[in-house]
Amino acid sequence: MKGMTLIVKTVTRWVKVFIFLYGIYLTITGHLTPGGGFAGGVVIACSYILLTLAYGREFALKNLSLGKASVFDSSGVLLFLIVALLGIGFGGIFFANFLQARYPGEEFALFSSGTIPIYNIAILLKVGASLFNVFVILSILRIVVEKDGSKKMVAEGDREEE
Amino acid sequence: MNMALLPSMVAIPLGIAFFTYLLARKSSILADILGNLATFSILVISILLIKTRGVYVIGGWNPPIGINWVLDGLSNLVLVVVALISFAATIFSTRYMEQYTARYKYYSLFLLMVGGMNGVILTGDLFNLFVFLEVASVASYALVAFGCNHEELEASFKYLVLSSIGSTLVLFGVAFVYGATGYLNMASIGGIMATGNQNTILTVAAVLFIVGFCIKAALVPFHPWLPDAHPSAPAPISAMLSGVLIKALGVYALFRILFNVIGLNQLYGTLLIVLGLLSMTVGVFLAVGQWDFKRLLAYHSISQMGYVILGVGLGGYILATGGSSSVAALAILGGIFHLANHAVFKSLLFLSSGSIEYSTGTRQLKEMGGLISIMPVTRTTCSIASLSIAGVPPFNGFWSKLLIVIAAIQAGFHAVAGITILVSFITLISFLKVLRYAFLGELPEKLKNIKESPALMGVAQAILALFCIGMGLLLLPGPREFLLEPAVNALIQGVEYARIVLSGS
Repeated sequence: MKGMTLIVKTVTRWVKVFIFLYGIYLTITGHLTPGGGFAGGVVIACSYILLTLAYGREFALKNLSLGKASVFDSSGVLLFLIVALLGIGFGGIFFANFLQARYPGEEFALFSSGTIPIYNIAILLKVGASLFNVFVILSILRIVVEKDGSKKMVAEGDREEE
Repeated sequence: MNMALLPSMVAIPLGIAFFTYLLARKSSILADILGNLATFSILVISILLIKTRGVYVIGGWNPPIGINWVLDGLSNLVLVVVALISFAATIFSTRYMEQYTARYKYYSLFLLMVGGMNGVILTGDLFNLFVFLEVASVASYALVAFGCNHEELEASFKYLVLSSIGSTLVLFGVAFVYGATGYLNMASIGGIMATGNQNTILTVAAVLFIVGFCIKAALVPFHPWLPDAHPSAPAPISAMLSGVLIKALGVYALFRILFNVIGLNQLYGTLLIVLGLLSMTVGVFLAVGQWDFKRLLAYHSISQMGYVILGVGLGGYILATGGSSSVAALAILGGIFHLANHAVFKSLLFLSSGSIEYSTGTRQLKEMGGLISIMPVTRTTCSIASLSIAGVPPFNGFWSKLLIVIAAIQAGFHAVAGITILVSFITLISFLKVLRYAFLGELPEKLKNIKESPALMGVAQAILALFCIGMGLLLLPGPREFLLEPAVNALIQGVEYARIVLSGS
């Protein structure tokens, strides 16, 4: 049986959803309470890292493969950049908060502060996916000694390498 | 109108970097096209921006709270140099990188590095500078290790550790400045310094900045990572690292902070001159004995960066001690012009070494020989670049070294002028050795069947070779007034920078 003991697995099964939801909560209320995209992304990546530790790498990668995670990673950055560029289109300046007139900053209101929640979501995608990727890649890289004695770094079971 | 183009200098490389990562996974041709398109467009935009001066306030949040990007003479010059070298490097990469897999990762990291450098050059905010510094550095660690062989990983790890120490010192410097002045905006800090603030903490911060950025610029005694990291990287990346990365992250940022933010005094001027002389002499003596072509070039980078620091440091010293400002302007002009020249000829040399390595499969000078008849393009470009770096007229390296020597003599630093000429002479000897062993002599038996490297690689080398020949023309009165003079004035104005930036926003 791969992974840790039954106790750890059962607890993980119960806890992982709450960790994931807490990450989302931190992100979408990032403009109202302490937290934000970075903290939320770290928490979401932690839920996957917990899954990896408890059930083994294969199980976690079946849920979120390296390729899929790096798609989330890149799209997070692109979303961030597109919203920043839309600022030029609608607000006349890079990073202008063009939704602020429609959704002005307001206490305890989810839809407020203009574009800032969107940036938080973009940061969540970037940070969450890349932290998970870093963790997985650190766990699958091996240094192998080739026939002529030279050492080379290879990824074990890496699905996206050709 | 033109200022509206400024964000694209960072947005285009960053955007296309992740776009390439997302879409060009299967097709390496698409990755090539996207990479070249990105560097070509930033080259065009940087040329369009050449006469523009101004301040761009990100998001409409005014400084000192918000972040502003400042385009002045110096940032203009360095932007054009970075864009030119990266364009040549991507053209070269289209064929050279066929030896490696995962082309989309290469271009993605490459463009991230370019975007980070452009950010460092443009930003007018200390913390923003640190962030872009890290973006460019982290991308370059990965690029140095791109081949994933043992020596590449080792070099990259050494680079990572030393460069991170540099970044940390810079971050401490930023923290000290923030603690002492309450601002992170460069212009606001400069405004406080212009009123004659003599806070000791700022001296500590200045020393931290000098050490941090000197590690990034690989000046002696902070150089040990460079001779490993630069030869291990793929040739176009070596060209980028030696050509522009150590300048944008190290030297440019150091000059910007010392001259425009903290303000120069005699101590910093002396430090820069000493560091420059040390790097020049130690670098060149270490280079002469090398037999690995790229390692030799890497040591020469250390030596040539010494010239840049020496020229600008000499100017700063003269300004701080109240000497003649025209002599100071001449010294700074020499330093800044050498920065641009070195970017061009050192990148060309690294591209030529890559071209030779592509054809012969070796970097050892002793295993080469007789390539003169086989590789006509590489032979020509490599000789032009070697003569440039050695300071032979009429190539570009001669003019900038001449300016530094004249300025040193006019300022009364005769010994400095003598050392400058001596180092230049040893550089010539070292490159005569390269030309002798690589191109003349007998062709070794196992290299009988090699061919000249592909045409696109030749095109990239030819572009840079033309600049090597023609860049001396930039000193003529007409062109000089719109590229080099504004760059020199941006440094000479010192903490006046604050007034200009804050009134412009």
